[in-house]
Amino acid sequence: MNDDRPGLGELLRDLTPQVLGILVRRGADFAAAEDAVQEALIEALRHWPDDRPDAWPDSPRAWLVRVAGRKLVDAQRSAYARERRELRVHLEPEPGPREQADDTLLLLSRCCHPSLTAASAIALTLRAVGGLTTAQIAEAFLVPEATMAQRITRAKRTVSGERFDVPGEVAAVLRVLYLIFNEGFSGTVDLAEEAIRLTRQLAAATDDPEVDGLLALMLLHHARRRARRTSSGAVVPLAEQDRSLWDTAMIAEGVEVLQAALARDALGEYQAQAAIAALHDDAASAEETDWTQVLEWYDELLRLAPGPVVALNRAVAVGEVDGPLAGLRQVEGLPDDLPRRDAVAAWLHERAGDRREAARLYRLAAERATNVAERDHLTRQASRLNAGR
Amino acid sequence: MAKYLLLKHYRGDHAIAKDELVPMDRWTPEEVTAHIEFMRMVADELRERGEFVDEQALSPEGTFVRYDGEGRPPVTDGPFAETKDLIAGWMVIDVDSQERAYEAAARLSSAPGPGGRPIHEWIEVRPFYGEPPVVTE
Repeated sequence: MNDDRPGLGELLRDLTPQVLGILVRRGADFAAAEDAVQEALIEALRHWPDDRPDAWPDSPRAWLVRVAGRKLVDAQRSAYARERRELRVHLEPEPGPREQADDTLLLLSRCCHPSLTAASAIALTLRAVGGLTTAQIAEAFLVPEATMAQRITRAKRTVSGERFDVPGEVAAVLRVLYLIFNEGFSGTVDLAEEAIRLTRQLAAATDDPEVDGLLALMLLHHARRRARRTSSGAVVPLAEQDRSLWDTAMIAEGVEVLQAALARDALGEYQAQAAIAALHDDAASAEETDWTQVLEWYDELLRLAPGPVVALNRAVAVGEVDGPLAGLRQVEGLPDDLPRRDAVAAWLHERAGDRREAARLYRLAAERATNVAERDHLTRQASRLNAGR
Repeated sequence: MAKYLLLKHYRGDHAIAKDELVPMDRWTPEEVTAHIEFMRMVADELRERGEFVDEQALSPEGTFVRYDGEGRPPVTDGPFAETKDLIAGWMVIDVDSQERAYEAAARLSSAPGPGGRPIHEWIEVRPFYGEPPVVTE
C-alpha cells in the first residue's frame, strides 16, 4: 500500500463535506443532500476494498458526487412519485479548486449560521463538515444519542429555510470552531484535534488572516496539551508546566502560520490571542516570559475585542509588569461574578504578600468553579496557603 | 440487578458528619489530594466490578424556581444560607442487592480527611423504581 495515500476512512471523512458542499451549491436541500451523501458513503465502503487503494476510483470525489446525486434524485423521485413529477439534478463536471474552496466556506457558514444556537451550530458542524457520527458527538457532549440526533435534526430544519448561495460571515464560523476547540477531549473524540482539522480546511479555502490567526492560536495551545494535566487529571497552571512536554514541532508550525498572518497587516482578535500564546510558548521557563510584550498584545487585544474576560487576563500581565498591586487595581473595576476573577485576585494578593486574603479568595473561587478539575486545583491552592506554604 | 442513587450531602442542618468536619481548604494539600484520589479509586473499583453507571458533581450554589402564573416570570429564591441541606454530587450504581449498595456507600463514606482519618460523611442511598416483572404468578 502506498504510504502517501490516506486510509479509506480518513479519505471518506475528508471528502464528505466537499461532496455535501457541491450538492448544496447546486441547490439541493441541505437535509436531503446529507442523507444522500451518507448513502453514497455506505456504497463506497461496500465497493472500495479498504486494503487496496489501487482498486478505488480514480477520482473518489467525482464518484461520490455522482452516486450521492443519484441517491438524491431517487429520494426526490419517491417523494414526488404521486405527482409523477420528474426532477432533474444537474450533474456538472468536477469543480475547480476555487469552487471547492467556496464549497467548504459555504458549508461551514451554513452550519454556523447566526440563527442557530452555539450548541446546535457545534453539533451540526461536527456532523455535516466533520463527518463524525451522531453517536460520537453525543458521547463527546455527554448526552444520549437520541437527544443529539434531535438537536442536529432541528438545526438542519432551522437552516433549511435560509439562503445558501453566499457564504456568511467568517466571524461566526471562527467562533464556532473556537468553541469546539475549547471543548477539548471527552469520550472517544478529541474535539480540539477535530477543530484544528476543520480550521485547517477553512484556512486552505479562504484568504483571511484571522482564519490563520485562529489556526495558529489552536496549534500554540494544543502544543501544551501533555503538560496541562497530571497523570491523575489534576490541572497544572502554565507557570508550573513541564515545558519539555510541549510539542515543539507544533509550536514551530503555529509561529509560522501566525507570522505569515501578521505580515498581511490586518490584525484581529485571534491573531492577537495567538501572539500572546506564542510569547508564552517561546519562553524556556516561566521566569523568562517576555511580559512586557505580552502586555502590549493584551492592550491590542482589548482594543480589538473589548470585554471583561480580556481585561481580567490583561490584569495578570499588568501584575507581572507593574507589580501585583497594579494588577489588583485592574481587577477591582471588573464585575464580581466574572468567572476566574477571584482566582486572579487571589494570585495577585499572594504575590503582594497577603496570604490570608489570597486563601480566602481561592476558597471563594473554588466554590464558584465551573468544573471539578478547576475546583480541586483552587481548593489545593487555598489549603496550601492555609498550611503556611 | 437494581439501581441505587448514592447522594453525597454536605452542609446539612442535621449532624452531617460523625465529628465536626473541618472545611477542605483547612486540610493540607496532601490531604486534599488523598481525598480526591480516593474518590477516583472508589469509582474505578465500581467500574471494575461492572457496577458503575454514572457520577456527577454539583456546584454548591443552586436556586429554587417556581411557576408564578401565566405570563409572569418565574419566582426564584436562594441561593440559601449554609444551614440548608445541599447535595455535593451523586453516583448511580447497579448492584445485586441492597446489602451491596450499602457496602458501596460505606466505602465512599470512608474517604480520608485530615490526618488520613475517614471523614464518615453520610451517604443517602435511594433505590430506583424498576420495571414491573413479566412473570407475576
